[in-house]
Amino acid sequence: MPSHTFVLNGQQVTVDVEDDVRLLWVLRDLLGVTGPKYGCGLGVCQACTSHINGKAVNICCVPVSDVQPTDEVTTIEGLPATVGQELHPMQQAWLDMDVPQCGYCQPGQIMAAVAKVLQARAAGRQLGDADFDQIRNICRCGTYHRIREAILPAQTKF
Amino acid sequence: MSTASGQQPTEVSRRRFLGYVLAASTLTVAAQLGEGAVAPRAEAAVPGVPEPADLYDLNDMLTDATLATASLITITLNPDGTASFALPRTEVGQGITTSTAMLIAEELDLPLDKVQVSLADARPELVFNQLTGGSNTTISTYTPVRVAAATAKQRLLEAAATELGVPLSAVSALQGVITAPDGRSLSYAELAVKAASLTTLQVSVTLKPASAFSVIGTPQNRIDALDAVTGRKQFAMDVHVAGAMPAMICRPPTINGTVVSVQNQGVVQAMPGITDVAVVSTGVAVRGRTFGQCIDAVRALQVTWGPGSEDAATDATVLAELRAAENPIVTPPLPLLTEAIDARFTFHFASNSALESNCAVADVRSDSAEIWASVKAPITAQEEIAAQLGLPVGAVTVHVTQGGGSFGRKLFHDAALEAAEVSKAMGKPVRLMWHRTDDFRHGRAHPMSISRVRATYSLGQVLTLDQRHTSVATEFGHGLGEIITSTAAKLPVGGLTLSETIFSLTQQTPYDFGVTTQLLTEVDNGFHTGSMRNIYSPNVRCAQELIVDQLAKAMGQDPYHFRRNFLKDQRAVAVLDKVAQVGHWGRTMAPGTAQGIAIHPEYHGFVAVLVEIDCTPATVNRQIPDAVTGPRVTKAVCAVDVGLAVNPKGLEAQMMGGIMDGIAVTLTSSLHLNGGYFQEGSWDNYFYTRQWNTPPELDVIVMPPTTGTPGGAGELAVAGAMAAVACAYGRATGTMPTTFPINHDAPLAFTPLPTVPPIPQSPTDGLSRAY
Repeated sequence: MPSHTFVLNGQQVTVDVEDDVRLLWVLRDLLGVTGPKYGCGLGVCQACTSHINGKAVNICCVPVSDVQPTDEVTTIEGLPATVGQELHPMQQAWLDMDVPQCGYCQPGQIMAAVAKVLQARAAGRQLGDADFDQIRNICRCGTYHRIREAILPAQTKF
Repeated sequence: MSTASGQQPTEVSRRRFLGYVLAASTLTVAAQLGEGAVAPRAEAAVPGVPEPADLYDLNDMLTDATLATASLITITLNPDGTASFALPRTEVGQGITTSTAMLIAEELDLPLDKVQVSLADARPELVFNQLTGGSNTTISTYTPVRVAAATAKQRLLEAAATELGVPLSAVSALQGVITAPDGRSLSYAELAVKAASLTTLQVSVTLKPASAFSVIGTPQNRIDALDAVTGRKQFAMDVHVAGAMPAMICRPPTINGTVVSVQNQGVVQAMPGITDVAVVSTGVAVRGRTFGQCIDAVRALQVTWGPGSEDAATDATVLAELRAAENPIVTPPLPLLTEAIDARFTFHFASNSALESNCAVADVRSDSAEIWASVKAPITAQEEIAAQLGLPVGAVTVHVTQGGGSFGRKLFHDAALEAAEVSKAMGKPVRLMWHRTDDFRHGRAHPMSISRVRATYSLGQVLTLDQRHTSVATEFGHGLGEIITSTAAKLPVGGLTLSETIFSLTQQTPYDFGVTTQLLTEVDNGFHTGSMRNIYSPNVRCAQELIVDQLAKAMGQDPYHFRRNFLKDQRAVAVLDKVAQVGHWGRTMAPGTAQGIAIHPEYHGFVAVLVEIDCTPATVNRQIPDAVTGPRVTKAVCAVDVGLAVNPKGLEAQMMGGIMDGIAVTLTSSLHLNGGYFQEGSWDNYFYTRQWNTPPELDVIVMPPTTGTPGGAGELAVAGAMAAVACAYGRATGTMPTTFPINHDAPLAFTPLPTVPPIPQSPTDGLSRAY
């Protein structure tokens, strides 16, 4: 069985699994990292959104063989460490606005929000309506409004 | 003072209840979820001829059903000064663990963060008292939970007085510390063991008056929010159970299809990671090292399928069945000059799929079984699983996990039953999860229905309102049926079927519209159905409110003032006035845009919603990939009166969610039936509200307490929002919508996924779509 090595939340990990198994299952079923959620396995609901080298990725659509030994995979569990704090400012903003209801989609929402802010910042602007239209993450509880209210003030805090 | 003391006994006696101190090593208190603990209901004050639901509604029935059970709910005060409570209800996002913790914090005078609320395993001795539905949790547990907490505080005060050598009347509790007049104090941690009892005692306690509340009625953040945002919140599929490997089912191409034979079981069993393949009642189960490999195995299975139960069915055939079954409206002779408005509305199938798909962990042994799942009727689940496995009920343990949304779905325990069957068949523990595509196609759907409404009016009065609601049957196999049977003698309706009973207990007309009749007819067939964040109300009330707009127009009145003039209840008028004022009802709107306003009474509460909608081509034709944009609700204002909002911030969240649901079922989301299966198989096929459909402006106003007791909240906003959006759409376009969602008959906005294999493979292009 092939062996795969990558950096997961700051730690190098090696896992023996077939090449085509998607990263979501490698993390959840083999490594016990359960922050990224399954919502469709089709790259549609985006509940599994995590970061690879700082960019948002739907890891249900990434064969583990696509991940290189030096690639840094960050899940919600590893997000605070990327800013050296106990909570990332986006997580704190989520708490301030009391965003979560059932909470199932929220790890993916937060990971998507952080990447979206960084993407806009790289383009030299703040988040606008067009950016929100690109956040495709489903929240079946309908917390979309509080998500917007959390992201807007948080975007200047990291 | 003499006047005050003269009134006091009545006031205090209404707040006096019986609690229990249980024999235990640390202070453990309890209260009965029953007659001893439930306060008398306030007198109904409804003018005019009341409908059954005005007098006694579904929630009264759910509450009364709990009166007969002599079972206790227990709060434990831990030696570290925290309090623990296992809530016999199911948290699926509605915020009941937080509101329950607030009730305990209030009566116990303990900081909220020192109260831990977990979810109780199935407790069969609670009989009817562990069903989470009908927005009933807070209504039925409000008093018992406070009685238990007050019992604990009283016991702690007594222990502190003894320890400090002062009279009981001299000590007082604040934030988990009891203080004597001389400043000496003891914490609850120091008193927890000392306050314990060697024998079980029954004690009388007095609850705080509302004027002394410092927690109830204040906005509080959810107690589980930190776990949610850090990924630590554990859902069923996150629970580690030794040996419970992933499992999935290969399902038939059509609803209720059956396995005739499997051609390649051996080949599939030898696939990478796969440990077992077994035929079960709903398809072919596979178990493997990862869910990814289970998906591969499901797709590789070659199965000969038998026909399903609805293979010839389409939207059109079901609609024809409903039309044929519809009961006529017989209007009595009316005065001359009476005019009528008569319309029929169609509400298509919709999916109550939550983001967490159906799932459960099962470890079935020869003489016992253990289940982990988010189920809202855990006792029924336990009984059915025991029956299916041929085990005594006591040999089956059902652990209730945190739920990733429900919307009606988790009233059923389809995945738990299936997981138990698969675990038994394979002789191994399994972590069974439905694929998203299965969850839409084989999961439960809110039934298609039609609603005919006929209203007559003359000389400024509405004389009659008749509504004939005809629906594909809604399944109630989750325990509600037994509750109704056991309370039947008390119900103000007689001789009705189960669903007719529920219909009559839930459906109200908030207006004085003369002679009002509302009747339900059901067409029973082979669909898997269930409620969807309410049973009938969003459809029934949306139809009514559209007719109300038509009546207002025909009688030359403004929709807001017309409603105001005919509303029966002052609480309804108050929420309507509030949204009209905050939402600037009647402001000038650009062509192609309009306001809509509606009201909805239910669950001892009232909600009013005002929306503004934009139906201009520029908005309707916005291009977003793989999406339905369409008309956009640009603003929503909601005012809600639930009698007493335990947690206004949580109530606000429930209203926001309900509004998103109302927008979805009016404008974008439905299931299309064709060839015996639903075409939708992904969230880019089933168009639930997304960021691009969300109103940029949203305002929720929680009204000050009115009745002093909490009403239901989880489902309340959906009907009001649906009706307001539909009315706004009608006003913006000049045509009253009669089919919901409004885009249902347009060409499909997606290409349906194949049915064989039943589930799609996961894409491999994730990295190329990184951002």
